[in-house]
Amino acid sequence: MTTHANELAVDVRGLRKQYGDVTAVDGIDLGIRRGEVFGLLGPNGAGKSTTVEILQGNRDRDAGEVSVLGADPAHGTRAWRSRVGIVWQDESAPAELTVVETVRHFAHYYPRPRDPEEVIGLVGLEGKAGSRIKALSGGQRRRLDVALGVIGDPELLLLDEPTTGFDPAARRQFWDLIRKLSVEGTTILLTTHYLEEAEALADRLAVVSRGRVVAEGEPAALRERYGSGATVEWTEPDGAPRAVPTDTPTRTVAELMRRFDGEIPGLQVSRPTLEDVYLRLTGQEDAR
Amino acid sequence: MTTTAVRSRTDARDGRLPGVWGLGLRRSALEIKQFFRQRDQVVFTFAFPVVFLFLFASIFSDDVEGAGIKASQLYVPAMMAAGIMSTSFQSLGVSIAVERDEKVLRRLRGTPMPPAAYFLGKIWLVLVTGILETAILLLVGTTLYDVALPSDAGRWFAFAWIFVLGLTACALLGIAVSSVPKSSKSASSVVVLPFLVLQFISGVYIAIDTIPDWMLNIGALFPLKWMCQGLRGVFLPDSAQVLEQAGDWEFGRTALVLGAWCVGGLLLCLLTFRWKNRRAG
Repeated sequence: MTTHANELAVDVRGLRKQYGDVTAVDGIDLGIRRGEVFGLLGPNGAGKSTTVEILQGNRDRDAGEVSVLGADPAHGTRAWRSRVGIVWQDESAPAELTVVETVRHFAHYYPRPRDPEEVIGLVGLEGKAGSRIKALSGGQRRRLDVALGVIGDPELLLLDEPTTGFDPAARRQFWDLIRKLSVEGTTILLTTHYLEEAEALADRLAVVSRGRVVAEGEPAALRERYGSGATVEWTEPDGAPRAVPTDTPTRTVAELMRRFDGEIPGLQVSRPTLEDVYLRLTGQEDAR
Repeated sequence: MTTTAVRSRTDARDGRLPGVWGLGLRRSALEIKQFFRQRDQVVFTFAFPVVFLFLFASIFSDDVEGAGIKASQLYVPAMMAAGIMSTSFQSLGVSIAVERDEKVLRRLRGTPMPPAAYFLGKIWLVLVTGILETAILLLVGTTLYDVALPSDAGRWFAFAWIFVLGLTACALLGIAVSSVPKSSKSASSVVVLPFLVLQFISGVYIAIDTIPDWMLNIGALFPLKWMCQGLRGVFLPDSAQVLEQAGDWEFGRTALVLGAWCVGGLLLCLLTFRWKNRRAG
């Protein structure tokens, strides 16, 4: 099996999927390069999970061309499955087995697995290796899920909302783990509805809304492109707050300095955050 | 942990995919380990037919007129057949439905594990638990209820093929029925009800000479009736043949029906088996 460094790890064109009358995916295009961390960002029900399930080979599509590591996931062979790691959204591992038994067992499925003990260490479960899975906390189970996703040493790792339900500390630890895997050369696609997660991890991201990609690019570039302008806020002498949107905030501040002759009460100049951009793109501005 | 160098992947992939039989054995070791770690399930599975044997054989212990046996002796092969069906049909029907609903199957499907390895694992589990179950009932039957071990090689051979064909047919039907329950919560009721009905109309709980013919005829469409009849032929004296519907042990027909169910059950599995439940689409 030959692979080319410049070939896209994931190449999706015109992907469509309908459930009855509901269009879950309405013509999505994606190109994920080898070695990058790609974030699929969008609100619940935007079509992220459906897209990832089609890439996993776990769901049929209605239309579109999909290539994952050079193959159509709808006809994935065993060899192809051994190159793709999956971390599912809602996970279940055999409760009566221990962590180390489970990871060792899954290692046998793959032609060139990673060392089970090393993987357990990688996800930070060394202290729980001998524990039954039913005794693990939610966050620990999720880390086991990741261990099972990477035990086969995949070239591509697909993670569907991996940190849903995590507390902030667990989320940070998880991010470190994803960065580690990325440094090792794994191509990673993760879906999330947490904006800060996409911003923290993704080299590039696509914002999905109502089954379509509404924006795509590097996080900073997205903010640049869709978040032009600034807002200058201050407080009038009578105590009334004012906010002025402007493309020339410096000039606005200079005018204010002349008016107030000194300190401007409550002065604040803000650029749109990625969150503002995201909410605008996904039509959720009113939700704030 | 410090960052490691990017490992070479493309040219390192000369590793061969692991073989199906070996993985089947690994799956079976895992299945058996999981089974025996669930204490309540172990106790329930193995004690159930023994408790029923004790109840029925103690309640009905009179001599059966003209058959040269006691009623309690009838219950030993009957419970053995029910035990074989419970370790295969019931346990697979419920456990696979639960594994499907809890997405264990979907996870396995996402790995390069060959599907055959999963089924091999289940087959080994059913074989081990089925042999254990039968051995326990045989021990209780021979020590407490006057059932003698088969005296000739022919009957031992019949015992062996009835066990293998019956277990196989019921296991395949169990895999097929696992697709019926919509969720893991309803799994055991959906699977146990047909099993219970079959036990009543196949001569497990109630002696066949007291069951109406039309019920027996329905029961005769399914494997359990033939497993009971075949095992009676193995463990009871020929004088008891008069109790049978046909007045004969009908070993040939038993083999035919069980063999047909093995083929039909396999086809049913191939047509109906799914890795995801219906709600998951």
